[in-house]
Amino acid sequence: MIEAIDDREAAQRIAQGVPIVEFEGVDLGFEGHPVLKDISFRVAHGETRIILGPAGGGKSVLMKLANGLILPDNGDVRILGWSLQAMSQRELFAMRAHIGMVFQESALFDSLSVEDNVGYRLQEEHVAPAEIHTRVLEALRFVELDKSIDKFPSELSGGMRRRVSIARAIITQPALILYDSPTGGLDPITSTTIIELVAKQRDVSRTTSLMITHRLQDAFTLATHRWNVQAGKMEPIPDHGLDPNTKFLVLNEGRVVFDGTTLELTHTTDPWLKAYLE
Amino acid sequence: MKFSPVNFAKTLVAEVQEYSLLCARAVANIATPPRYIADTFTQLDSIGVGSLPIVVLTGFFTGCVLALQAAVSLKEFGAVNMTGRLVSLSMVKELGPVLTGLMVSGRNTSGMASEIGSMKVSEQLDAMRALGTDPVRKLVTPRVIATVIMLFFLTIIADACGDGGGAAVAVGLLRLNASAFLHTSYTALRYGDVVEGLVKPIFSGFIIATVGCYYGLRTTGGTRGVGRATTQAVVTSSVLIILVDFLVTQLMIGIFGR
Repeated sequence: MIEAIDDREAAQRIAQGVPIVEFEGVDLGFEGHPVLKDISFRVAHGETRIILGPAGGGKSVLMKLANGLILPDNGDVRILGWSLQAMSQRELFAMRAHIGMVFQESALFDSLSVEDNVGYRLQEEHVAPAEIHTRVLEALRFVELDKSIDKFPSELSGGMRRRVSIARAIITQPALILYDSPTGGLDPITSTTIIELVAKQRDVSRTTSLMITHRLQDAFTLATHRWNVQAGKMEPIPDHGLDPNTKFLVLNEGRVVFDGTTLELTHTTDPWLKAYLE
Repeated sequence: MKFSPVNFAKTLVAEVQEYSLLCARAVANIATPPRYIADTFTQLDSIGVGSLPIVVLTGFFTGCVLALQAAVSLKEFGAVNMTGRLVSLSMVKELGPVLTGLMVSGRNTSGMASEIGSMKVSEQLDAMRALGTDPVRKLVTPRVIATVIMLFFLTIIADACGDGGGAAVAVGLLRLNASAFLHTSYTALRYGDVVEGLVKPIFSGFIIATVGCYYGLRTTGGTRGVGRATTQAVVTSSVLIILVDFLVTQLMIGIFGR
């Protein structure tokens, strides 16, 4: 039995420098087929870790492991120092209050309005309706969708649904946000809008995040751009600078083939990695 | 792929185990917070009030048919006055609970399997879990509570409508005495008959909700998978209702001797 998972304890652990996400020797397989093999990495507070790799390499599964939606066969997954395997189902649900997740296909509740979707977690926590409305509006303003508050998911475009999904993930200001291919299936302009939101969340709220993407240009946009609060838009970091908190993890066939900074990735000598990046 | 009896048996045992665990969790959730009271009331309305028209119509016309059929047979023995007794016993002990269970199953098991199945294939269940909500607690437990409660009362309504339908046919078509019909209906029933008729919907309600939710939660394969899950849920639920009806009848005969 672990100690109580509450906001104060989580804040203390962040202040003590406990890694937000820690994978140690994680193995996972389905029906005898290994999907992830000996995965180990750490994500520190304030870091944005971009997960790259060919399709079918186990990226989405890794994301679900980080949220406790799946538990590993071997090894340890720790969030804020708490081992997910040591938790009961009830504790896992409590833990997820500290994690926001943006799903590949948005996964909005189609029978609920945008307001109810975004405010879902607050309703579960029995927050007063007036406060829920205020916070939902705030989150929707962040993703520039406050005018769509009364609409239903079926009335929104793919990009708008993705933005509502981001609003739903950030409304409780979680310690960790998991973005599972937030730009997947979107046109380049809408993708850039989503990446701007990810950069805005990273630079304004300093939230730790894991982001899967199949689009290398999105990954490098995040690494080379920052959110300008005064101008209210994303801009390149001057002098070809790189965001120090944006790092990369590359998976191939269920193994980590790269774990490091943007500079290390672009200067890699690994032939497979070079071919993948090209 | 070649059929393997061993694999088939293993799959079957695994499914029974999974279903049993779901049932245990759905019931255990009643004892601990959070409880989804609003969702339970929504389900009470959807399952109970929503099923009322089909239950009333089914009960009424079953009573009508029973009276007609019974009168033909009883006439040969000069016992047409016993029509009320036959209608009442048949409705309360057997036809009321079973037909109500089957009708509610057809309407609600399919609804539950398709609704939850659609949520499963569109990752809404994963999203719910990711948002810190246990789908079994939020979706299954309220449906189990609502179906058990409402099927109990729907069965009583079906029994009453069946007797009403029988009385209407007996008086309107067979020219029997209304008072005699109702009197024989009432005096025919013993305590054990009523208990038997009211215990069955509790089991049926539990089967309808748990089977519908079980097939919904294990849906895979997109929209085709949702359709398959819905069909399987209705078939399994209907067969289980009749099977459990047989077992409960045996049990009640053992307890009450009739």
